[in-house]
Amino acid sequence: MDQAIIIEKGIFIVAIFAITMLFAMYETLAERKIAAWLQDRIGPNRAGPGGILQPLADGLKLFSKEEFFPATQNRFLFICGPAISMITALMTSAVIPWGSSLNIMGRDVVLQATDINIGILYVFGVLSIGVYGIMIGGWASNNKFSLMGAMRAASQMISYEVAMGLSIIALTMMTQSLSLSDIAAGQHGWRWNVLYQPVGFLIFLVCSFAETNRTPFDLAECEAELIGGYHTEYSSMKMGFYLFAEYASMFISSTVLAVLYFGAYNYPGMDWVKDNAGANIASILGIGVLFIKICFFIFFYMWIRWTVPRFRYDQLMKLGWKMLIPLAIANIVVTGILILFFDNNLHL
Amino acid sequence: MITIVFYILSAITLGTAFLTILSKNPIHSAIYLVLCFFSIAGHYLMFNAQFLAIVHIIVYSGAIMILMLFTIMLMNLNKEDERHKPILSRIAAVVSFCLVAFVLLATFIKAQPALREYKVSGQDYQSIQVLGKVLLNDYMVPFEFASVLLLVSMIGAVLLSKKEHINS
Repeated sequence: MDQAIIIEKGIFIVAIFAITMLFAMYETLAERKIAAWLQDRIGPNRAGPGGILQPLADGLKLFSKEEFFPATQNRFLFICGPAISMITALMTSAVIPWGSSLNIMGRDVVLQATDINIGILYVFGVLSIGVYGIMIGGWASNNKFSLMGAMRAASQMISYEVAMGLSIIALTMMTQSLSLSDIAAGQHGWRWNVLYQPVGFLIFLVCSFAETNRTPFDLAECEAELIGGYHTEYSSMKMGFYLFAEYASMFISSTVLAVLYFGAYNYPGMDWVKDNAGANIASILGIGVLFIKICFFIFFYMWIRWTVPRFRYDQLMKLGWKMLIPLAIANIVVTGILILFFDNNLHL
Repeated sequence: MITIVFYILSAITLGTAFLTILSKNPIHSAIYLVLCFFSIAGHYLMFNAQFLAIVHIIVYSGAIMILMLFTIMLMNLNKEDERHKPILSRIAAVVSFCLVAFVLLATFIKAQPALREYKVSGQDYQSIQVLGKVLLNDYMVPFEFASVLLLVSMIGAVLLSKKEHINS
């Protein structure tokens, strides 16, 4: 029995890893295609039909580039930087509930690598150490532009983590649980959290843009001022890892957004499907629904990137500290009052 | 199995703690300290204290150490321009640390009976539900004092930075 669980979890973890990598790979293509579409161009279309092999060609190019080391005494830390970024981008997926349980050969297979009862805090903890990759890499590059990029990334992430944490507090006040599987199960059918926490969702969305260093918050790699930001001195696959980590964390943060606010694997009419087609079909449909939501959020990330220009640094800090944090605190207070008044109605 | 993990974790904790003090480069010191904090979180996990472990990582590794690294990088303390500290202050530091350790030890020994009560009643005393209830029922006053202390220090920091701004 124990061995069966280990094998089951092992297969599951490898599958999640493969899916994350696949998504990150094809996000690079999707980004260029969507950029081309928004700017009325065609985009990459030479490698394979419709450019479908473009990510492989990009990877091959990055691998075959020269491996360059700047004049620094911290070669080890220089290598550590992209590695830490990649590891933290992949770690979050451990607590995501990808679907309700499947019944395979008489065994209930839970579609979650591990269900710890503080899942949401785990996501937050991994997020907060993600900035080390950028900081250490930027510092070890021994280049003042890299250092400036790293500084910006660190201050931005710390500032927006506060508002993000406050928006999660309002959410957990309603769900009464920190476990992601409980939060996902509580949004059965149409009772998605975004309908009860629209302001919290908005704050969380803005903060996850800042946490993944995407436009309009990509001041860490502002080309016009900082050359390439924290990865100026990186070349070959080490730079590829930094870029890849950004796409992987984009996938993961889309997943977290979908799970926390957009009903995870729940969809309207799931009970009807369960009664008429069986639990397994309903569960597989749920996984499909979750991935559709994830794809939507990934598209949203790219849509914003090619629509909104980059903020100025003082605007960024003003938005974080003077607008989002007071709004998040007000949201907590209002949520508390509403729960007190409509306790029975809001009990999810 | 668990004993082996404990010894490995302890070795990492002690090794990185010593390296924090011994390494010449302040950035390396800070990074060793981060590793030390992670291994301490590992110790918490071995007690099944998941909440404590994660909060430890979020607060110490994720916030305080990043701010510390931030300051060190901005001040550019790459040169080993460490000032020599007088013997008296070193002795004072050792003595005060020993006193703190003594108080901590006393607290933990006193905390043992409460732990046994939870173990007898079979409650999951590591879970956040129990932790929250204890914190906001039994230890309400110290908890509020701690939050007031944090608020005061926050306002103090804001005030200090404001004053500098006016003078310049």
